[in-house]
Amino acid sequence: MPEGVLAEFEDEEALARAAHGLRASGYRKLEAFMPFPSEEVLEALAVPRSRLPLLVLIGAMLGGALGYLIMWWTNVIDYDVDVAGRDPHPWPAFIPITFETAVLLGGLAAFIGFFALSRLPRLWRPVFEVPGFERATSDGFFLAVAADDPQFDAEQTPRELRERGSLRVVSFPLEAEVV
Amino acid sequence: MTTHAEALLPGMPSDAALSEKLTAPVGPAQRWLRRSLVVTGAITAVFLLAMIYTLITGIGTWGNDIPVGWAFGITNFVWWIGIGHAGTFISAILLLLQQKWRTSINRIAEGMTLFALAQAGLFPLLHLGRAWFFYWLVPYPATMGVWPQFMSALTWDIAAISTYLTISILFWYLGTIPDFAARRDRSRGRARAVYAIVSLGWCGSSRHWRHYKAAQLLLAGLATPLVISVHSVVSTDFAIGVLPGWHSTIFPPYFVAGAIFSGFAMVITLVIPIRRYLGLKAVITELHLDMLAKMTLLMGLLVTFSYIAEYFIAYYSGEWAERHMFFEVRPLGPYAPLFWTMIACNCVIPLALAFKRVRASTIALWIVSVLVNVGMWIERLVLIVTSQHRDFLPSSFGIYHPSTIDVTLFVGSLGFFAFLFLLLLRFVPFIPISELKEMKREIAREGAIAERPGSDVAGV
Repeated sequence: MPEGVLAEFEDEEALARAAHGLRASGYRKLEAFMPFPSEEVLEALAVPRSRLPLLVLIGAMLGGALGYLIMWWTNVIDYDVDVAGRDPHPWPAFIPITFETAVLLGGLAAFIGFFALSRLPRLWRPVFEVPGFERATSDGFFLAVAADDPQFDAEQTPRELRERGSLRVVSFPLEAEVV
Repeated sequence: MTTHAEALLPGMPSDAALSEKLTAPVGPAQRWLRRSLVVTGAITAVFLLAMIYTLITGIGTWGNDIPVGWAFGITNFVWWIGIGHAGTFISAILLLLQQKWRTSINRIAEGMTLFALAQAGLFPLLHLGRAWFFYWLVPYPATMGVWPQFMSALTWDIAAISTYLTISILFWYLGTIPDFAARRDRSRGRARAVYAIVSLGWCGSSRHWRHYKAAQLLLAGLATPLVISVHSVVSTDFAIGVLPGWHSTIFPPYFVAGAIFSGFAMVITLVIPIRRYLGLKAVITELHLDMLAKMTLLMGLLVTFSYIAEYFIAYYSGEWAERHMFFEVRPLGPYAPLFWTMIACNCVIPLALAFKRVRASTIALWIVSVLVNVGMWIERLVLIVTSQHRDFLPSSFGIYHPSTIDVTLFVGSLGFFAFLFLLLLRFVPFIPISELKEMKREIAREGAIAERPGSDVAGV
């Protein structure tokens, strides 16, 4: 998010409680930053389920189909060789490679899909400028409220965050720390 | 109340302490690491020279000849791939089974897989002779007017190995992103820039974590059948041939069991020195070693059972060539010493792991793990060489001797593997810090549930 306020909390329980409270007050554009995926926080924020499984399924089915198609066209249609009278279309022999290509494209879909859905790589974002934010990858727990959230108010929102247990509140892009 | 699960992370250190210790744990051991890199780097250089010599001069530099056309090269290939499977087992299958004890060791195991695959991939390329034509095995639009033969297991190999390598790299890299970000946030200057790029701007956002968890579970779910299928496909390289001792439907499960067996042994071989010399006993605990040892024992029993089943079928078939191979050639023929060493290392010695005293002694455990890998390498060699050197027609029988280049290439691959692994220890956070923190919460939550009065959850 390009601008808003960032609140730091002591641990994931405090963060989850605050997130719950803010959502109850009607805030919707919230984002948490934490060093590991806390289920409590993810539920409190009602983060929607990822659509990645669907992408992977499509990728895997496509991969399997492509693998089989290539084998079928090359070995059955284009240049079929009579090997000791074996079946001209030896589909059991095609199973291993079909399986492997399905897994390959499914895996690639999972990997690329993850980056596409997360909109990564993105080497910089405004919250990175907040001093102390680097603790988000070790032991810090942060909650950001977007400025374009309908409930956002430049004075009310930081006060609410304070009341719900934040250690400090900073607005970003960086200005003076909100008192 | 100390639960079994709490023994996985004694003292339950704080998040900050974990990050502090694990983001760059190699610090105090730098000099030891540098010297090891020099030694293994030298071995790698010799390895490279032996490879170049093979490519320039040809497979005549190896001991391969008629009747034994496959020997050290394919043995090394199968052995290294097998080792790689345990890494995937630990990171993928144990993730799906929610086994907490995988957490500290899974990235070491995944790294082991990647470097084992790197070694494994070199040998099928080299054994082609004209290795630069390897791409003929792929169905690309060519002017030669022929296509690869997809009824052959050799083409299945290409698909299986390249898929396995790709999925392993993706899974490993994905898992490392949050920890690369942690390392970025604790670095300065050029190191910080490098880690910033490889962590791709990861900031621990809730949205990202949602997709990340989904991606990890999906990749684990995809990697799990790979563990079974890849080594099954490798085993079909032999099983689709008619040689006695090869042409058996037991090969896929036999090979997969053997792969996981040698892989777990290799994990033990690597993890014991790592936890000792890098001071990680609090994160890789005796409980981890105990679980690894038990898995090794289990797979050893499975391998022994596979041998027995193989022998029974050979006998029951009544086939002269099968009975000759199993009851005369292997135990009594020219390669008998290798055969009996294999039996000792794979079937007898691992039984020692049934005793708590052996599992608890790191020296004994390490020695057993090394002997298991020796036994498994010999098993591959015995399998490949004996079935070729004496098959059906006595006038075709022959003998195989390895050449100096064969031995150099094998030792070289061990050195190269060690070199890559040491590089991993130096530059990559090899204990998954974010996963450890997650596990710590899970343990605490389970402990709290167990301590509630009226709860009937026994200590996990």
